[in-house]
Amino acid sequence: MTRPLRLVVVSAGLSQPSSTRLLADQLADATTSALAERGAGVELTVVELREHAHALADHLLTGFASGALADAVAAVGAADALVVVTPVFSASYSGLFKTFFDVLEPNLLEGTPVLLAATAGTARHSLVLEHALRPLFSYLRAVTVPTAVFAATDDFGAGGQPGEDGLPGRVRRAAGELAALAAGAPAAPRRTAALPAPDEEFGEVIPFDQLLRR
Amino acid sequence: MQIGIFSVGDVTPDPTTGRTPTEHERIKATVAIARKAEEVGLDVFATGEHHNPPFVSSNPTATLAYIGAKTEKIVLSTATTLITTTDPVLIAEDYAKIQHLTDGRVDLMMGRGNTGPVYPWFGKDIRKGIELAVENYALLHRLWREDVVNWSGSYRTPLQGYTSTPRPLDGVPPFVWHGSIRSPEIAEQAAYYGDGFFHNHIFWPASHTRQMVALYRRRFEHYGHGSADQAIVGLGGQFFMRRNSQDAVNEFRPYFDNAPVYGHGPSMEDFTSQTPLTVGSPQQVLERTLGFRDYVGHYQRQLFLVDHAGLPLKTVLEQLDLLGEILPDLRAGMAEGRPAHVPDAPTHGSLVAAAGGAHDGTVHAVDDVTGHRAEEIA
Repeated sequence: MTRPLRLVVVSAGLSQPSSTRLLADQLADATTSALAERGAGVELTVVELREHAHALADHLLTGFASGALADAVAAVGAADALVVVTPVFSASYSGLFKTFFDVLEPNLLEGTPVLLAATAGTARHSLVLEHALRPLFSYLRAVTVPTAVFAATDDFGAGGQPGEDGLPGRVRRAAGELAALAAGAPAAPRRTAALPAPDEEFGEVIPFDQLLRR
Repeated sequence: MQIGIFSVGDVTPDPTTGRTPTEHERIKATVAIARKAEEVGLDVFATGEHHNPPFVSSNPTATLAYIGAKTEKIVLSTATTLITTTDPVLIAEDYAKIQHLTDGRVDLMMGRGNTGPVYPWFGKDIRKGIELAVENYALLHRLWREDVVNWSGSYRTPLQGYTSTPRPLDGVPPFVWHGSIRSPEIAEQAAYYGDGFFHNHIFWPASHTRQMVALYRRRFEHYGHGSADQAIVGLGGQFFMRRNSQDAVNEFRPYFDNAPVYGHGPSMEDFTSQTPLTVGSPQQVLERTLGFRDYVGHYQRQLFLVDHAGLPLKTVLEQLDLLGEILPDLRAGMAEGRPAHVPDAPTHGSLVAAAGGAHDGTVHAVDDVTGHRAEEIA
């Protein structure tokens, strides 16, 4: 029996309750269903960045992740599939959202399938997914799914009918794409170096005679 | 077990008065701190190396030579020597010279330096930091062990028939430590040569230090220098103490809150629980320090950072007095349970003994027995 796939959802909403978290939950549910249809089990972890706001500011100054933030980073690093959701602030992802991805090790998301999503008050911000989030995750060498999901406030009250191209339809399509990437491809060569075990920061050592020959 | 201090050499305003010392004051203070370290019985004084404000620690060899002339016993070291941007040929000459001047009271710790612009100022590229550290140290290692070196590499001009002078004192090069916070390649380098490995320790959680040291120990054994628990390990540490722990907390807080490295970030309470920083009574510092062995094993060198964040010289000297007071207990505690096969940190004396005694390595331009020049008999 294969292990359940690790689905990790990163939500950068600030209010309680938050529409960002609402969209994150819909994407998590839809991805879990899509994976179930493919016969894959899911182990879901939700990272609420609000809870790590202080630790993230500290990390910028000290260079290390403390406590629960270290656990969140480890979960994201071990994810088989990632859903990331940010509110739009000043025409881009929120600072809190960016800070989390700023403190990750450069190769941590290499090859990880990622579904991009954002929320805002109006649909005028929808291209933030393409001009801000997608380049960020390309830089991180993650594999973004083609459909990114944007939800304006209005979207939460529209398009529920099957066949209608509203929010639920986009959520299903994006989740299906993420599930296909996470469960479909037979262990694509992810990451250039072997990932260390959870208790090991350092994976394979490069023997010194190789370092000398470089 | 060697216990000492290391200084970064920062010129930082005292946040309680707003006053910034002059470079002259800071340079003289560094000498006063080193002399005090010897006076209270510490084993090692190490200076950093920086080439930009707000630091006064450029030209560390002048500082060490001067301190060497003003002291009798204390071992002089670096924390760190920039093996990336400093020509290894100059390092070979400079530190061999200090060896002779101080009768062997010197060793070095190699580091890469993390200030971006320093690299181009010295004609180097920070993205090649590891490669520079590997190649430059490989050359330095040869310069101290081979009388005539023919060499070519990627990062400096080739050498043909080069003899680094003076030759190391008594035919024994200074012992070398390699310092790195987070690069496994440097732990691997230290292990490969059987050199010491030093972990800065003070800015990161203990779990990280434990893993870096464990990696070094494992690879030290792999390369056949001894068992893992015989590898030569050094750690940084950081404290502020007063007889009454609450006085220490109150007095140090403004310095912590405004410290250049971690200031305006985590609270002092969070930082002391997450890292080895101890702010409290001498007894608390003693107990915390003895606890470092729990995650790195028995080790060889403990260096503390005491002169930073704008602390006035008077306060730093008081810290050294307090450290001197707990020193006997610290030594006794470190000796407790220490297996006989765990070595002490190498010194000039122990290295000479291991080499079967001192021999003068002087290279004469013309061999006075054969009449050959040194280059010809290489």
